[in-house]
Amino acid sequence: MSTTVQQTPASDVPALATTVVTSWKAPIAFAAFTLIALLLAVFAPREGETGFRLSEAKDVIQITTITTPAMPTLWVVIVLLALATAYSVFIVASKRRVPLWLIVVFAVLFMVGFLTWAAAGATIPVVGLLFGSLSLAVPLIFGSLSGVLSERVGVINIAIEGQLLAGAFTAAVVASITGQPIAGLFAAMVAGMLVSFVLAAFSIKYFVDQVIVGVVLNVLVLGLTSFFYSQVLVPNAAQLNTPPRFDRLPIPVLSEIPIIGPVLFRQTLVVYLMYVAVALVYIGLFHTKWGLRLRAVGEHPQAADTVGIKVNRTRFWNVALAGAIAGLGGTFFTIGSGIAFNKEMTAGAGFIALAAVIFGQWDPIKATFAALLFGFASNLQNTLAVIGSPVPSEFMLMLPYVVTIFAVAGLVGKVRGPAAAGKPYIKS
Amino acid sequence: MKLELRGITKRFGSLVANDHIDLTVEAGEIHCLLGENGAGKSTLMNVLYGLYQADEGEVLLDDEVQHFAGPGDAMAAGIGMVHQHFMLIPVFTVAENVMLGHESTKAGGILDLASARAKVREISDRFGFDVDPDALVDDLPVGVQQRVEIIKALSRDARVLVFDEPTAVLTPQETDELMGIMRQLKESGTSIVFITHKLREVREVADRITVIRLGKVVGEASPTASNAELASLMVGRAVELTVHKDEPNLGEAALVVEGLTVIDPIGQLVVNDVSFTVRRGEILAVAGVQGNGQTELTEALLGLQPRITGSIAIDGIELSSASPRRILDAGVGFVPEDRNEDGLVGEFTITENLMLDRSNGAPFVRAGNIQRAALEQFAREKVSEFDVRTQGIDSKVRQLSGGNQQKVVLARELSRDLRLLVAAQPTRGVDVGSIEFIHKRIVETRDSGVPVVVVSTELDEVAALADRIMVMYRGRIVGIVPGDTPREVLGLMMAGEVPTEGAAA
Amino acid sequence: MSDPREPASGGADSREPDADVAIEEPGSVAATSTTTTTTAAARAAAPEVEPPSRWHTMLHQIATGNAIISVLAVILALIVGAIMIAFTDENVQKASVYFFARPGDTVVAVWQSVSGAYTALFQGSVYNFNRDTFAAGIRPLTETLTFATPLIAGGLGVGLAFRVGMFNIGGRGQMLIAASVAGWIGFGFDLPWGLHMLVALIGGLLGGALWAGIAGLLKARTGAHEVIVTIMLNYVAFYLVSWMLRTPGLLQAPGSSNPKTPAMKETAIFPALLGPQYNLHFGFILVVGATVLVWWILSRSSLGFKFRAVGENPNAARVAGINVKSMYVYAMLIAGALLGLAGVSQVLGTVTTGFTAGIDAGIGFDAITVALLGRSTPWGIFVAGILFGAFKAGGFSMQAAEGVPVEIVLVVQSLIVLFIAAPPLVRTIFRLPDPSRAAKRPRPIVTKEVKAK
Repeated sequence: MSTTVQQTPASDVPALATTVVTSWKAPIAFAAFTLIALLLAVFAPREGETGFRLSEAKDVIQITTITTPAMPTLWVVIVLLALATAYSVFIVASKRRVPLWLIVVFAVLFMVGFLTWAAAGATIPVVGLLFGSLSLAVPLIFGSLSGVLSERVGVINIAIEGQLLAGAFTAAVVASITGQPIAGLFAAMVAGMLVSFVLAAFSIKYFVDQVIVGVVLNVLVLGLTSFFYSQVLVPNAAQLNTPPRFDRLPIPVLSEIPIIGPVLFRQTLVVYLMYVAVALVYIGLFHTKWGLRLRAVGEHPQAADTVGIKVNRTRFWNVALAGAIAGLGGTFFTIGSGIAFNKEMTAGAGFIALAAVIFGQWDPIKATFAALLFGFASNLQNTLAVIGSPVPSEFMLMLPYVVTIFAVAGLVGKVRGPAAAGKPYIKS
Repeated sequence: MKLELRGITKRFGSLVANDHIDLTVEAGEIHCLLGENGAGKSTLMNVLYGLYQADEGEVLLDDEVQHFAGPGDAMAAGIGMVHQHFMLIPVFTVAENVMLGHESTKAGGILDLASARAKVREISDRFGFDVDPDALVDDLPVGVQQRVEIIKALSRDARVLVFDEPTAVLTPQETDELMGIMRQLKESGTSIVFITHKLREVREVADRITVIRLGKVVGEASPTASNAELASLMVGRAVELTVHKDEPNLGEAALVVEGLTVIDPIGQLVVNDVSFTVRRGEILAVAGVQGNGQTELTEALLGLQPRITGSIAIDGIELSSASPRRILDAGVGFVPEDRNEDGLVGEFTITENLMLDRSNGAPFVRAGNIQRAALEQFAREKVSEFDVRTQGIDSKVRQLSGGNQQKVVLARELSRDLRLLVAAQPTRGVDVGSIEFIHKRIVETRDSGVPVVVVSTELDEVAALADRIMVMYRGRIVGIVPGDTPREVLGLMMAGEVPTEGAAA
Repeated sequence: MSDPREPASGGADSREPDADVAIEEPGSVAATSTTTTTTAAARAAAPEVEPPSRWHTMLHQIATGNAIISVLAVILALIVGAIMIAFTDENVQKASVYFFARPGDTVVAVWQSVSGAYTALFQGSVYNFNRDTFAAGIRPLTETLTFATPLIAGGLGVGLAFRVGMFNIGGRGQMLIAASVAGWIGFGFDLPWGLHMLVALIGGLLGGALWAGIAGLLKARTGAHEVIVTIMLNYVAFYLVSWMLRTPGLLQAPGSSNPKTPAMKETAIFPALLGPQYNLHFGFILVVGATVLVWWILSRSSLGFKFRAVGENPNAARVAGINVKSMYVYAMLIAGALLGLAGVSQVLGTVTTGFTAGIDAGIGFDAITVALLGRSTPWGIFVAGILFGAFKAGGFSMQAAEGVPVEIVLVVQSLIVLFIAAPPLVRTIFRLPDPSRAAKRPRPIVTKEVKAK
């Protein structure tokens, strides 16, 4: 059987043909939210005007309060939402992906519409709302930075909650004894690091499932702090559990910028440390030798090993560092706010931080924004409770969790974490 | 640099992977390490590279004893390695991968990417590689990824370079180019250890050959030795490379695939408009370099690919949109490419694995209850019929050798009433004795009138089994040719070159 | 049994009855005929090992096996607990001030604090020797079983999900939803005795099942990780139930402003098993039944076979025609129903006077530790549940009698699980022999993902 072959050079063959895989998730979600807004307007119309107060009485530069009629504004928003939905349908129908900016615009629009509706007949203190959001987000941001670092190096950190709690407890005790909040700060970092040591030792040395160690560690820290609280702190509250608080340190000039100033630059040391931490983690992770090695270990530990990087040592110390950062976040609950330690006082913040890590796709900046979003949702509930909201506060409190479920269910696209996260590195 | 291994012994539990191995590689020499899968070649090189610690023996470079606590030490001493499974981080750029582990930094620990890029360009130019330092490794074809691995080693001034099965993922043309690169490296004074089990490559490029079998050096040979001599050294006996099989007794067309296209999650057409027919009593072998759509094709036949278009019919029944359950029930037997990943549950016993794809209804389940007595009876029969070497039917499959594991898969699939058998890489990682047994059973299945599709990247296996050969390249069929088509022609087809005639075999 | 050394009988390949052929010398191989040595290579790769004597094997297994590790883990955790108790005890602290003058005082104080606490723990959980009658003395044991009831049910729910490769951290939410549904039926309807209980029970099980089913469905349909989804659903359930508890007309007791339900109607309450002087209720019988049911599912049923296949290797399961996604949903439905049983036994058995949003009492999380301690086997979980039930019952009496905060139980429990999860650590501490198959590659308990398809 004679078989000759055409002599065409192989390199001329183009790459694989491709087609676009489309997803209808975004248009469906858009339609659902538009419908919710429509239902609010039709079945629960609210009369009156809504005010948005943009500056505080003590500010140097005063901005007038914006007032807008509630229902007309809501209707305008609904029309815009419907347009955005239609556009997303068009995009998907023409085999393209819904861009991120459209999702962001949609979310902001919906929030404006919702706020106008919810606060009809009252005025929303925008600065206070944002300031509170940032404050509530502080432990979440530290926690999510901890999660980002830990998971980027390949160790799933479910123990953020425990690290925060350990930080809060230690900060309160050490600051009470020394009278120095700064001493509490360092003690909290050490405490968070100790929790991480256990996580690292069990998951790296003994190959115990990282999720299990994390869950159990949360229980352990809860048990330990509660035990010592009841047994030691309560009888000696004056000496051991009356932590001093960090003072607010307004930054000259910057703190007088309208809206941004009071929100960002009239904060405590803990918040300023947070700004620094976010920047350092971001730069460190993506532009330094340390970050390159850390990510290599989390993505492909064997490859890292073959170029001489000590995988388990890298994991161990970076998980420890992550614990220290989370411990720092724990200080917010006690010395950051001047509150005595109490049992279970972190109340699930660690789990929200974990959600922020995933929502932020393991990127320190995105995770920070996710944490801010969650802080905003929590504080929105506080604000609405003060001005008398038509929505039960529980539903507002539920919001971050529901949003996270939507997020992991793929609304924001397939979330891909570090390839080797959760897998112990076992040689030979 | 001269490399010498003296009396290297490495044990894993009771298994001796390397048994007092001696090996000397002179400076500027290409030294081939030849051996079957599992002979202990990779273990030896991992010892050399500091990934494993030898239980006995020593490594010498230029007659000085070395102590490698890890790969870092080995690299510092001038040893580089191009791994079989590339040790590249897919989400990093070429420059980042090359600098990893010996990063140059600017003030404040900031990475100096510019110098890494320059280094990549410099080495790339020196050998004519044409590699973009800023490309993401994930986006590069495997041939280029391998060059990145070589650049990585050279950027650390490696003077002994180990290539671990480098040609497994390459087309014959890319393989030739790699041979050229090796010669070029040798010219520049680098010593090369070339690990392979492919005889042709050895004879083409080697200066000296050491053959390893069962963890021991069984002999040295010169490149002038014949294939048969090398092969017999390698497997410890004269190898009969072909299976005895009679002329096919062809029946009517049974499997008819028309216009089949498979789309992967990122939208690539990994199988692109494929049409073919397999008749009863015929073996169609699907040949091609790994990763040209064969895996996805077999998965599509089993209903495991979610996004497919086109038609798959068995005996006239359309199955392109059926679930794996329905397809299995329609009489399709499947030997998956990666048995540990897709074919067996390692923690299950042999018995449990034998009922894995019949977990609903007769004969093993009645009214939701597992019929344990019937199942055990069945398991005992199959273990004996298929010569599965084990402590008993309650042994975990994880504890079996590769060949015995594959026999369990085969026993399970062949004990159903089949209307089609799909076997992907049926003898990968299987010892020679089992290979023969498995090939025999596949041919017997054909002779009983069942159409068979065998996917293999090994031309030897294709040649041994095929009645017709279908070559795939980049998701498309290059051609379907008779089973006795010469290797050279198949090789060119595997590189995507369409035969001008004789395709309608 | 088919011993490998026995010649294969009959069959297609009895072609090599004398397989015990030694490996040929390298030099001679080329000349050897092809018939006899085909599997010599395979044989040599797996060398025969002389089977050790049965007694030796048994002793070896006891010394290295799971049972001894579990016992030692409990002992270790109790020792750590003892250190914590001693360290924080006032008398010990006072005595330690003059430790170098009179070290005996410190030792006595340590002994008193620790033995006092653990005696109280024992008397609160097993048998109280200070009571006159056996009926009164045995009461702590019935309390232990009462506390164990929801722990076992919850542990089964978590353990079953583990076996399917899923980590169900959503016990709290599933219990809350189940308790709300069962409680709502229990106080809001008038039905005959028995039927009322049954309807409430089924309602609760469905509630728990559906709540967990959300996580199963999302995992199956979108690949959303069940760990995240179940954690989030815990909070959603908590706020949802909190809202219903403070909203008149839903769960709030009429005429009250507390976030609490009215008491359950008599017709819906689980009957007491041992008479009114004991708290042990019918829920314990249900839990025994649930244990048997889960055992049957996992060990004897086709469904359980598929569950385990998916849990061990989802890819192979999928290739073998098992609908992996359905298994995730079914498993979460059953797991949710089991945690639902825990919730129902709380509202209809233990706290029948109306409940608050704290009705789950941390059992949803305790269930994880119970499942881990029981190594995800039904009877293991049963025993682990009773052990932790004893800790709970004893913990409260320890707090009452000795003033040791009940949270010490959390510490001891979590330490037990940590120690059990890391056998090499326990072996190192007690200098036990390492089993030949070193625990280098532990069997991962959870979270194997299917290839993204």
